[in-house]
Amino acid sequence: MHIDSIRNGLVIDHISAGKGMKIYELLGLGALDCTVAIIKNSSSRKMGKKDIIKIDAEIDVDIDILGYVDPGITVNVIKNGELVEKKAVTLPETLTNVIQCKNPRCITSTEQELKHVFKLTDRENRVYRCLYCETKATE
Amino acid sequence: MKRSLIDILDLSPAEIDELIATANDIIANPAKYAEKCRGKKLATLFFEPSTRTRLSFEAAMYELGGNVLGFSEAQSSSAAKGESVSDTAKTVSCYADIIAMRHPKEGAPFVASRAASIPVINAGDGGHNHPTQTLTDLLTISREKGRIDGLTVGFCGDLKFGRTVHSLIGALSRYKNVKIVLISPTELKVPEYVLQEVLEKNGIDFEQTTDLQKALPNLDILYMTRVQRERFFNEEDYLRLKDSYILTPAKLKNAKQDLCIMHPLPRVNEISVEIDDDPRACYFKQVLYGKYVRMALIMKLLEVE
Repeated sequence: MHIDSIRNGLVIDHISAGKGMKIYELLGLGALDCTVAIIKNSSSRKMGKKDIIKIDAEIDVDIDILGYVDPGITVNVIKNGELVEKKAVTLPETLTNVIQCKNPRCITSTEQELKHVFKLTDRENRVYRCLYCETKATE
Repeated sequence: MKRSLIDILDLSPAEIDELIATANDIIANPAKYAEKCRGKKLATLFFEPSTRTRLSFEAAMYELGGNVLGFSEAQSSSAAKGESVSDTAKTVSCYADIIAMRHPKEGAPFVASRAASIPVINAGDGGHNHPTQTLTDLLTISREKGRIDGLTVGFCGDLKFGRTVHSLIGALSRYKNVKIVLISPTELKVPEYVLQEVLEKNGIDFEQTTDLQKALPNLDILYMTRVQRERFFNEEDYLRLKDSYILTPAKLKNAKQDLCIMHPLPRVNEISVEIDDDPRACYFKQVLYGKYVRMALIMKLLEVE
């Protein structure tokens, strides 16, 4: 399958197969009016299968979100058709409005205007806890 | 800078020591503190009922010479009209100098503390935090035993849902050589995260058992909690287990002579009333200490010298 290479923009590579759409939605890529390609189940020597997203515009990507969703991702910055930067992602300290607290007793369950904020409390075990009620985040 | 108390761990061990010292001084010299908060107002915002905590806060403020305003159930506040916690906190900041808030939703006092321009004290948020109960417990232990370091503290009953237990375990884990004994039916064991993120992480010596009688002889402190019928999946298990966690004079036979028996109250039947006259029963003294430590806390947060 042939997808045109991009001149100026981003290639989000090494996405675990099946997570491409989730990242597309989390980054709000549907709102962009430039060309965006989601490649699903592309063959990968390292991963077997992977998803890739190509964005044909220079936009700011919330790398923090990517670190939470899929820490193996790499973000390639393309300028004038050439790779100028390769960014690795890490787990963010805070997640705001990325996941929702599922504790029915949490104040966020009744006060709709509150942001859903989670803090990284254990990097080794990838544990995030709700800022308000400290309930552990579940995917 | 405005300080609030939402979680017991918001206070450093040195600050807790300082609060205990102030509370001890209040107990020794109450007259010295009778005018400390003259002209100051405490707003007690209780979105769910409470006897002890609300009256303790109110008594504390009155004994400091201050005044109290507030409500004791959500129905008599604007929350019944759908007002947000943040808006309530901003509004009350215009009338009072400090807020004590109880709310059924976990995290509500934290939300209030971010919106209010005055200090907010968490007086209990659902099953989450209750830091002034923990301060009360620490003052009780310190007064009854003369120290907190090096004690063996047993927790008995419902250790799964008990917020007072989790908070006190967290606070005790910052003291030296404290040993924790967790006594509960299997169904009501301390949650895994308390074991991993508090006890193991801080290298605390602890053990888990289902046998209260066997554990008793080694304890310096016994912290009782209620085993509630509704926590069990079936009636059979409840009936089988309920009496194992009731403290009776017979069970106390092998306990230390200077054991200190505590309970956050209300009690139902988990401590036999026959024990009330035993000098080791400290739960009503604990209630009294709660008022003094709240006086110390109000003064600290209001920066009253």
